[in-house]
Amino acid sequence: MAQKGDAMADMITPHIATKGLSRNFGGLIAVNAVDFEVPKGEIRAIIGPNGAGKSTFVGMLCGRIAPSSGEIMFAGQNITAMPAHRRIRLGMAYTFQITSIFARLTLKENVRLATSWRWNGDETAIQHATLAALEQVGLADRMNQIAGDLSYGHQRLLEIAMGISQHPQLLILDEPTQGLADSEIASFVKLIRDLGGDMTILLIEHNMNVVMDTADKITVLNLGSELATGTPQDIRANKAVQAAYLGETHA
Amino acid sequence: MSDSKKSVIFHLGFLGLLFLLQFLLPAYHHGNLARIMVLATYAMGYNILFGYTGLLSLGHAMFFAAGMYGMGLTMTHLGWTAGPAMVAGFLAGVLVSAGIGFLALRTSGVSFMIVTLMFAQAGFLTILYFGEWTRGDEGFVIQQADRVFAGIDLSDPTNRYLAALLLFGLCLMLTIRLMQSRFGHVLIAIRENEERTQMLGYHVHHHKWLAVIASGTMAAVAGAAYALLFGYAGATFASVQYSIFPLLWVLLGGAGTALGPFIGTLFMFYLIDLSSSLTTAYMLIAGVALVLLTLFLPQGLVGEWRRRVMPWLT
Repeated sequence: MAQKGDAMADMITPHIATKGLSRNFGGLIAVNAVDFEVPKGEIRAIIGPNGAGKSTFVGMLCGRIAPSSGEIMFAGQNITAMPAHRRIRLGMAYTFQITSIFARLTLKENVRLATSWRWNGDETAIQHATLAALEQVGLADRMNQIAGDLSYGHQRLLEIAMGISQHPQLLILDEPTQGLADSEIASFVKLIRDLGGDMTILLIEHNMNVVMDTADKITVLNLGSELATGTPQDIRANKAVQAAYLGETHA
Repeated sequence: MSDSKKSVIFHLGFLGLLFLLQFLLPAYHHGNLARIMVLATYAMGYNILFGYTGLLSLGHAMFFAAGMYGMGLTMTHLGWTAGPAMVAGFLAGVLVSAGIGFLALRTSGVSFMIVTLMFAQAGFLTILYFGEWTRGDEGFVIQQADRVFAGIDLSDPTNRYLAALLLFGLCLMLTIRLMQSRFGHVLIAIRENEERTQMLGYHVHHHKWLAVIASGTMAAVAGAAYALLFGYAGATFASVQYSIFPLLWVLLGGAGTALGPFIGTLFMFYLIDLSSSLTTAYMLIAGVALVLLTLFLPQGLVGEWRRRVMPWLT
């Protein structure tokens, strides 16, 4: 359990934050001076039209893409220049927008690779974490199958299992429900709700029902800039957001 | 019994078979097998990088030659005995692979192939340039009197076979141990999906560098042993041809299998040996056999065997 002092610090320092974070690709400004703060334990959805810069933004948070300018703070540390693998070891987990698993290995081996560095070589703990993560996403009965033989939806769930098997403090999910069946989406929503509170979750998502059902707060990006941040109710009522984003689909 | 234990026992059994074969084989094949075991050790080194880590090098002859000349030159010019000279070969392998790995890993994919090829060519030319010491293409003979280790004459066929088996067996079990470790699993993960591996928290570049060193050092030890056991060091062993050989052997035998390098070396050796006794166009027969094998057994001989019969093989 966190000490009283730590709890105070958690409230004051945001868990993950950016200051003036920008990224250009040649002349194209993909992300433009974004200031962003998420407190510990919050589920934050990041939404926005295609090309809004969502994936580039979280790509910079986890270290896949180097920022052109600006700063990234994670758990009170400046991680702007830190390589991706060290950010993961600090307690981030990331799932790719386009499913990225070890297709020729079994499910068990996939999750094992994700979690094995975390337990100082304690074989029992590794096996326990592997099985627990597969159970959480409902794939435990398939753990000896080859990952590439799974349906696309199940591969997505496997990637989420790899993320949560690391017991991260911050879980970044880039469009996790893309390609899932409705029943799978329902159990995904439940899973995210269960995880929230323990870990901070950033969720890039196009499915508005999933966003409204899970997010504590929503940040809307448009053309690389932050358009609005607020509770699901605020965002639903926000005229600028409706114009830029929701309006497109409802008009 | 766990899969990894089964695999260890299977390979130990295979080494036992090789031990027994020395009593059954006629002298000609006995000599061949000793040579094949040393060359297979070279191929096993290559396999660590190519088969398990997924990095295709076209310059491994420079590692083989580093060991060969590290051993041969210290012995010939500094008068070192077999033991220290082998250590010199080993250290030459560590140094060269660490240095070349550091530079070559700034590239990847096709560039990595080209860069390793170029470094190996530079190494080959260096050996020719310092012909005064290395005797260049002509090479030099390691005197029989020097090929003695701890009072054992390694030029004697029986001792030579046992020494080759010892080297091969140690490197085989080392490879299996390595690939069953967590480090080995990360190498396989890099081969399967490099970006995912990094985003799971692994320092991919560092792992690749260590893989180059392990691979290059095993190749160097094989090169040193080859010169010691067969009494000759020459620039041919540093040429591009000797960089291609281990790639062929590993592909034929099965990349990413512990025994594949040996089976591939054995197969290729006897394919050329048998076809050259039939016709002068033996490379044609060898070529057709290779094309057929890659068409119908793309995972190599041991790779197919593993897929169909023993999925638990390392």
